[in-house]
Amino acid sequence: MEIVCPAGTPAALRAAVKAGAHTIYCGFADESNARNFPGLNFDRNEMRDGVSFAHAHGAKVLVAINTFARAGEEAIWHRAIGDAQTCGADAVILADPGLLAFTAHHHPTLRRHLSVQAAAANADIINFYAQEFGIKRVVLPRVLSVPEIAAINAETTIETEVFVFGGLCVMAEGRCSLSSYATGQSPNMNGVCSPASHVKYSQDHGVLDARLGGYTIHRVGKNDPAPYPTLCKGCFGAGGKTGHLFEDPVSLNAERLIPQLQKAGVTALKIEGRQRSRSYVAQVVRNFRAAVDALDAGKPLPEGMLARLSEGQAMTTGAYKKTWR
Amino acid sequence: MDLTIGPNQFFWATDRWAALYRDLAQAPIDRVVLGELVCSKRLPFYQDHIPDAVATLLAAGKSVALTSLALITLKRERKQMAELAEMGVEIEVNDLTALPFLPQDAGFSVGPLVNVYNEGTLAWLAKRGAHRVCLPPELPLKSVETLASAGADLGVSIEVWGHGRLPLAISGRCYHARLHGRTKDNCQFACDQDPDGKDVKTLDDQPFMAMNGVQTLSDTYASVAHHVQALTQAGVSALRLSPQSTGFIELCHLYRQLLDGQIDGPQTAAAIHQIDGNARLSDGFLTGQRGADWSGLTASP
Repeated sequence: MEIVCPAGTPAALRAAVKAGAHTIYCGFADESNARNFPGLNFDRNEMRDGVSFAHAHGAKVLVAINTFARAGEEAIWHRAIGDAQTCGADAVILADPGLLAFTAHHHPTLRRHLSVQAAAANADIINFYAQEFGIKRVVLPRVLSVPEIAAINAETTIETEVFVFGGLCVMAEGRCSLSSYATGQSPNMNGVCSPASHVKYSQDHGVLDARLGGYTIHRVGKNDPAPYPTLCKGCFGAGGKTGHLFEDPVSLNAERLIPQLQKAGVTALKIEGRQRSRSYVAQVVRNFRAAVDALDAGKPLPEGMLARLSEGQAMTTGAYKKTWR
Repeated sequence: MDLTIGPNQFFWATDRWAALYRDLAQAPIDRVVLGELVCSKRLPFYQDHIPDAVATLLAAGKSVALTSLALITLKRERKQMAELAEMGVEIEVNDLTALPFLPQDAGFSVGPLVNVYNEGTLAWLAKRGAHRVCLPPELPLKSVETLASAGADLGVSIEVWGHGRLPLAISGRCYHARLHGRTKDNCQFACDQDPDGKDVKTLDDQPFMAMNGVQTLSDTYASVAHHVQALTQAGVSALRLSPQSTGFIELCHLYRQLLDGQIDGPQTAAAIHQIDGNARLSDGFLTGQRGADWSGLTASP
């Protein structure tokens, strides 16, 4: 199976390639990609050099252009698609039907992957996207169980890529406006969810409050670990109960499910985290590469390979286990 | 401008559900979209009543469409979609999965849960047969203006979210069931006690959201009371009102009066508060810094 690894910077790209990633995904430093954070991502020259470096080491580069183009400003996104091709990208990762139609028409030789932001969650829609826009791979939403993924693969010839490690989106991706409702910054339009610019911490009588867009969604003792206030993993009250009503502040770790995902027909395993450091990226890649290499050689998975990265942070297999629902 | 009634997002008892559509047949509205938007497990409770509701509305001169589910994943849901497409009534697509099921050459409409953010997507949908699109509620007025103009060129009517709790997110997981310590597969219909969703508050007890099964809604009721003139000028052809349990038919009359110029925005907002004194309003997606903002003088969130 292919290990698909994030790179938020050219340095992270090189580190990931050296650590054994088969494929790197990254984006341009603008609103055309869904990790539009300050100081992250690639300008055009960096992208061209990054692709050359990856190709020289036998790795591929996928360019994420996975926000939804703003009405009246589609040229920004169209230019990003053309530039990805010029830079030598092996594929673009798209979510917006308008951009998929544009790419299929104007850049027919540029390989097209369907982003998780398109929330294509069944074989009918995946086959439809393939027929309509010629997509070759779909990144599956993180709301599917392993048997559901196997069922999809049985009904489509399109490659499937699934998330195995990193952040966990619990709402259907590309269809969530919680962030723009509370902060005005939107994953779909701005490539931003629960942005740090809208986070405020305050301390009073030994209690630390975290607010996002003016809404208090975490409260801990000043010496306790304070998770980042992401809306869907916030603390809320309803029906007389208070707690993490949507999702606990956990990360996704599906390392133990790799053999099942392979059996389910998955082509590629995706690691999340373009905002992570290059050393983190390299370490995660090394571990996952070792796991798929072991699997290919018919050997057992290395034990507890990500224990250090997981330390102090709760992990879940998310929707891959049906009971999550 | 027309008034469209969106699909009821909540799980109501069958009698209450049927009564809504009998009442809407007599209300000053133009179009009704009905059926199950949120959860495929709810549909069997009232699906046998849908043909009667459709017939009543058509007889009263309303145009009618059936909604697809908002998130189609399970085999059962794909089967429901296929059955829906065979009913001979126009489909409102709220998940693009519905598209391959639609009869060839049948026109269709597109609901607010499909990501129509730009002219390219609008043109692609028009080419496939879309003749009406209700835009995602998240879009700012500037995008609405651009898309309404593009829609006019493409022969696609543009509708915007006019009133009601905003559909903010949908998931594979049922939060209503989770609140009751259950899973989605054993939910025991935890959502049926909350006809407008279950209020979700922040740690400061500030109203924020509402959970409705697998769906997450805003606490505020979005209202375009103050923007009808701008929307009319933009060429928007309809407002969508989303059913709620309190005073919904009165709301329909109210928005009809607003569109007819008999009352203005502040009067409309004041009258909404007469109907439901607890209702908090928002219009921030359209004109504010954030979705929860309200440009009116009263009842800010």
